[in-house]
Amino acid sequence: MIRFERVTKSYAARPARGAGSAAGDRNAPTVAVDELTLDVPAGQVTVLVGPSGCGKTTTLRMVNRMIEPTSGTITLGGRDTATLDPAELRRGIGYVIQHAGLFPHRTVADNVATVPRLLGWDRRRSRARALELLERVGLDAALADRYPSQLSGGQQQRVGVARALAADPPVLLMDEPFSAVDPVVREQLQDELLGLQADLGKTILFVTHDIDEAIRLGDQVAVLRVGGRLAQVDSPARLLADPADDFVADFVGRDRGYRALGFRDALPIQPTPEPTVPLGADVGQARATATDRWLLVVDEAGRPVGWVEPERLTGAVSRDDLHRGGTVARRDGSLRALLDAALSAPSGRGVLVDEQGAFVGTVTAAQVTAALAAPAVRPGGIPDGGGHAVDR
Amino acid sequence: MQWIGDHLPEILRYAASHAALAGLPLLVGLAIALPVGWLARRQPRLAGLIVGGSGLLYTIPSLALFILIPLLLGTRILDPLNVYVAMTIYTLALLVRTVVDALGSVPEATRAAATAMGYRGLGRLVAVDLPLAVPVLASGLRVAAVSNVSIVSVSALIGYPQLGSYLTDGYQRDYPLEIGVGIVGCLLLALLFDLAIRGGERALTPWLRVGR
Amino acid sequence: MLTSIWAWLTDPASWSGRDGIPTRLVEHLLYSVVALVLAAAVALPLGAWIGHSGRARWLVTAANAARAVPSLGLLFVVAMLAGPRIRGDFAYVVPSLVVLVLLAVPPLLAGAESGVRAVDPAARDAAYGMGMRAREVLLGVELPCALPLLLSGVRAATLQVIATATIAASVSLGGLGRYLIDGLAVSDYAQMAGGALLVAALALAVDGLLALVTRYAVSPGLGGISGKRGGRSGVARRMPAAPTVGRLSHGSEPS
Repeated sequence: MIRFERVTKSYAARPARGAGSAAGDRNAPTVAVDELTLDVPAGQVTVLVGPSGCGKTTTLRMVNRMIEPTSGTITLGGRDTATLDPAELRRGIGYVIQHAGLFPHRTVADNVATVPRLLGWDRRRSRARALELLERVGLDAALADRYPSQLSGGQQQRVGVARALAADPPVLLMDEPFSAVDPVVREQLQDELLGLQADLGKTILFVTHDIDEAIRLGDQVAVLRVGGRLAQVDSPARLLADPADDFVADFVGRDRGYRALGFRDALPIQPTPEPTVPLGADVGQARATATDRWLLVVDEAGRPVGWVEPERLTGAVSRDDLHRGGTVARRDGSLRALLDAALSAPSGRGVLVDEQGAFVGTVTAAQVTAALAAPAVRPGGIPDGGGHAVDR
Repeated sequence: MQWIGDHLPEILRYAASHAALAGLPLLVGLAIALPVGWLARRQPRLAGLIVGGSGLLYTIPSLALFILIPLLLGTRILDPLNVYVAMTIYTLALLVRTVVDALGSVPEATRAAATAMGYRGLGRLVAVDLPLAVPVLASGLRVAAVSNVSIVSVSALIGYPQLGSYLTDGYQRDYPLEIGVGIVGCLLLALLFDLAIRGGERALTPWLRVGR
Repeated sequence: MLTSIWAWLTDPASWSGRDGIPTRLVEHLLYSVVALVLAAAVALPLGAWIGHSGRARWLVTAANAARAVPSLGLLFVVAMLAGPRIRGDFAYVVPSLVVLVLLAVPPLLAGAESGVRAVDPAARDAAYGMGMRAREVLLGVELPCALPLLLSGVRAATLQVIATATIAASVSLGGLGRYLIDGLAVSDYAQMAGGALLVAALALAVDGLLALVTRYAVSPGLGGISGKRGGRSGVARRMPAAPTVGRLSHGSEPS
């Protein structure tokens, strides 16, 4: 969909400022992006990631010509972007930036309706579309007539995404959109983006400095090094399993093996049945059901709520008695999620649920590691092309 | 030029009284504005009243205020107290807002740290807030000083002896040099105030002068 | 004293004729409006451009420094230099008008410049990124966001002009200042004070009007000066019309 062909961006040399400048070669131009050749496939999320100064934002901004390349070609859907009128080009591309850049003087709804209005849609249709999108990004319709200054950071960012989607552009450019919010909100926003993408299938070019975010969101991850050269472009699984050089290996960081488990599905594992008691069960019943020190408690819908120690119960099983240590994994989740559930459970047995969240059984760490030893999908080890089991 | 030489003692006298008429209200105004501004930050409702009130007074053109003050104070028209009071009102109007902004420019984190270390209200104000508020305060003070010098010259129309008197005199006698002396005198005085305030600011903020 | 002032104010003779209050009031307003419009025609676009492009910032600094010149002096100088050269009825109006325009320019310039400069760079970037052209960005985003500081500059300029028009009576300009100056000449305190009250009332009324305009023209989403959701200090919605610009926070911070 988007293709970079030997795209370079360099800035002219600054005149030397007096004596004492430590830079060796003062007259060399600064190269922000160096001969970048990259394909951004349609309908997928491509993440540009790298340290400060690697040119990732510059690259992104060359797509919608906020910055003009010094040399090279960028094509969008086969057409050379240099031949298109910049404003028209931009109206067909969604653009989300770090601090949302909402217009403070317009209401939320008016903000979202900006591009439709630019394209000539009438007021009613634009507003209807704005409200539709606000709902889609998880915002209450009551916020439509508020002003950005009345919203929290996370809400503003959601409005920014809604605004980018308003005219239904096929391409979205996102420049560190979730960096300015706190980690809890960031994770929610990432989840929601993945959900949106599953529904809409846009071509997304996403910039971040956070490798974990890149791995979580990208179908394809392009690692750039300082100076704007492409170090490696691959699926997240491949990137973790096979970094191209020391720089990439360092950048991807530690725990690569463990994080790679997030990409392996857990097909061969059968959950082990486990006795449970419902909330409110009395002490006697609890002690009778338990097979060892720990007993699993479920709610009336069959969803697991936590472990209790029957020996220490003083009355009927209540929420206060619950030990909340263990995480819960889906039966069809990644090996990483299963292993985490097993390791974090006080009883050593990880709790598994089905798609609706109902309890289906447990798994032990031993079972997971046994499954690891078995070939995952095909012989030769690493599954090709990733598969994207997201840890939820 | 001969004229200037002849009148030098008088020029200096007028300059001195101009400086007093413009400068004293600065000090008095600042002294009043500091507690008022501090109070305004703590009680936003009262603040609205105070700042609104002083803003209202600032709106009144200077000549009108000079004429109306004697009515309020019961003084004679030519009593210099009128000018002092009027100038203090103008200074106050400007500086209350400045003090509010200045105290607001102190980083919240710094203030919180000071409180956490055990500073009590007034102590913290004096040891932490005020020193850090100096840059903004000084900037507002400079604006007020220049404004005051200019406004005081208007009082020449009523007859108070200061540099502005050369303006009215020069016009009446059709003597441009005299007007020039008046204007240049005001400019120099304004410059002097500006430099003095900047100097004071530098002296009070040694941490801003340290090079990287 | 108060009774004689009241007497002067209510005397029907004060309200009629060439020296009557209505005539003087209209004159005062007329000169002020003309001066402001002329000054705005120059200063507002210039200031907006300086704020937008970041160049020629020195113009604003110079204009601000020029405010140190006493307005009375400026009036006298221009009157003396230009007066004899202009014939006819407008001999006394033109020099005063020139000075009024000169004095109105710095606050308008500073207000426009700081207003445009205060526009959130992220909002501007997003505007271009979404496909707005330069003119659309200027009119649709920058100007509305610059409005609070710009209008505060307008208020400062208006007060400056009204005040200077008052003292311009000393160089034979008409307007309400006439009562103050003529009253001074004949030591008629009633006239002086009456005139002063009228001038004060005019200034307050006009400033109040501009405050209303600010309140309605500026989007409620913009905090800081006129928005209901204030910036850091919810204090002081009404600021003295002083040459202070660029200090006020441009409010919208995500909570």
